[in-house]
Amino acid sequence: MSIAVADRPGTAATAARFSPRWISDRLSKVVLHVAVIGLTAAWIVPTAGILVTSFRPFSKISTSGWWTALAPSFSFTVDNYSKVLSSSNLGQSFFNSFMISIPGTIIPIAIAAFAAYAFSWMKFWGRDWIFLGIVGVLAIPLQLSFVPVLSFFVAHGITSSNLSWAPFLPVWLAHTGYGLPFSIYLLANFFRALPSDLFESAEIDGAGTLTVFFRIVLPLSVPALASLVIFQFLWIWNDLLVALIYVGGAPEVAPLTVTLANLTNSLGQGYHLLTAAAFFSMLIPLIVFLSLQRYFVRGILAGSVKG
Amino acid sequence: MNWGSFLTTQLPTLLVVIVGVPAVIVGYIVAGEFLVRRLPDAARPSVRPWLWVGPALFFVAAFLVVPAILTAKASLETSKGDFTGLTNYARQLGDFPSGGAWIAIRNNVYWLVLYTLFVLAFGLILAVLFDRVRYESLVKSLIFMPMAISSVALGVIWKFMYWYQPPGQLQTGTVNAILTGLLRTDPRIWIQDPKVNNFAIIGAAVWGITGFAMVILSAALKGIPADLLEAARVDGAGELTVFRRVIFPLMMPTVVVVGTTLVIFALKAFDVVYVMTGGNYDTDVLANRMYKLLYFSGNTGGAAAVAMILLAAVIPVLIFNLRQFRAVEARR
Repeated sequence: MSIAVADRPGTAATAARFSPRWISDRLSKVVLHVAVIGLTAAWIVPTAGILVTSFRPFSKISTSGWWTALAPSFSFTVDNYSKVLSSSNLGQSFFNSFMISIPGTIIPIAIAAFAAYAFSWMKFWGRDWIFLGIVGVLAIPLQLSFVPVLSFFVAHGITSSNLSWAPFLPVWLAHTGYGLPFSIYLLANFFRALPSDLFESAEIDGAGTLTVFFRIVLPLSVPALASLVIFQFLWIWNDLLVALIYVGGAPEVAPLTVTLANLTNSLGQGYHLLTAAAFFSMLIPLIVFLSLQRYFVRGILAGSVKG
Repeated sequence: MNWGSFLTTQLPTLLVVIVGVPAVIVGYIVAGEFLVRRLPDAARPSVRPWLWVGPALFFVAAFLVVPAILTAKASLETSKGDFTGLTNYARQLGDFPSGGAWIAIRNNVYWLVLYTLFVLAFGLILAVLFDRVRYESLVKSLIFMPMAISSVALGVIWKFMYWYQPPGQLQTGTVNAILTGLLRTDPRIWIQDPKVNNFAIIGAAVWGITGFAMVILSAALKGIPADLLEAARVDGAGELTVFRRVIFPLMMPTVVVVGTTLVIFALKAFDVVYVMTGGNYDTDVLANRMYKLLYFSGNTGGAAAVAMILLAAVIPVLIFNLRQFRAVEARR
């Protein structure tokens, strides 16, 4: 075996220094690194451009490209941020986004955890067919549900303008319904992979269903729950369509995505302000992403069918 | 912002919701369990599961299944609720090739093909290249980062990338600056010019989602046994042959899964179009058309018909997904 490895063609170990093979190996390494770094650099240009622009004074933005700011003499300012935060309702929207995202994350996941446990470890009539139905619903466009749900909400007074004590109730309910299929799917996949001995020995010890669920299943599922929480939170934080439909654009209730979309239309030429607003809206997702990337990636790998 | 109303009404509501709702759900399960214990032994296993799945089934039925059926019904009615047969569909699908919903359908086809293919191609190339360098995790998270930002922010970022000034003037948008500065060609009005704007918008969306494909494909790549690749190389296969004959076929199932997910994303495309053009300049897509019909025209019948067209496009993917799911289940 060791001979086979040593004889492997194309490794630097066997090629003598400065032989043609050694040179071609080195060259292909260089090409590889250039390609990797070049592609990555190209990928971060759009984000870098908007970040740099958001800190440039207006007079410079309109007269030179953002890349010129990277060379001396440097002139950066936070004017764009202070202006856009004081002249628009971005600050309020920032809170609204939290008001929408936190319950919109907690409620569906709490409901889904119980359902997913039943789907994975209880036997009941039609279980597999119902679960198959849940998988099917994952692909259904949300658009299909807007008209009937909205007219039901309007007919029964469940609208954000009507409910001053809970203006976000409609969107919480909607995100609960829309978030459930994916949450159930992801959690059930995880629960089912738990070893069945665990449940058998717990039952022999006389533990009831509730004890098994709260003391064994939930603690073991913390990684899956963490990825799901991050996923659902970012999905709602970044959502525009559901927010537009159920909350609308009124300044007191609009989340960041809706406010930013409105600014895009109203600012027009005021691009220097828009870049600051866009970066402001990206703050929380970027913090969540950079600190919890591991869980985020795991969530994506566990269920890649979210719509 | 109005701090007074925030502190006195909204914040308390939020606290009540994030503490109260989980408490109610747990209370419901505990109380249900208490009642189930009172039942005779034989009845317990048939009652308990329904208590556990009940709330979830209620929400899925109330927000997805029943509304979908009602939308199917609404697509056959006028906005006042009178039955009109297929009139709504005829209005949306009548004037081929440029009236009704046809522009949106054409653009959704562009999205379906170009978005899916480019994301898969980029995802695959990046996954394979990054697998060979030691700083893999760093470059991966940089490519993946756009996944964390909203499509609205993405739209703003790319509007800025595609910024246009008339020829002869200084181009401050990155894409046109490269065109005029490095390639010495005329700048393009990327967002308004109907010849290129769909591709420009799809390009922006591809940039945002490639990290998603890359991460999944990269995980599949790492799952290929190293001996297999080694054996192919010992037999004298070049890197390209190894990729074509060994890596790609073994990754095919994952490529298919990612591909179907991307097809669904492409069909539901909305945010990027809404922010970058609002569906103007021939860039409309079905989801945006439906939103406009619903909100600006108040045409619920037309909106429902567009939603049904969207559903019809998704159904093949849905059936395919279900088959895949059952095949995987059968192997368990």
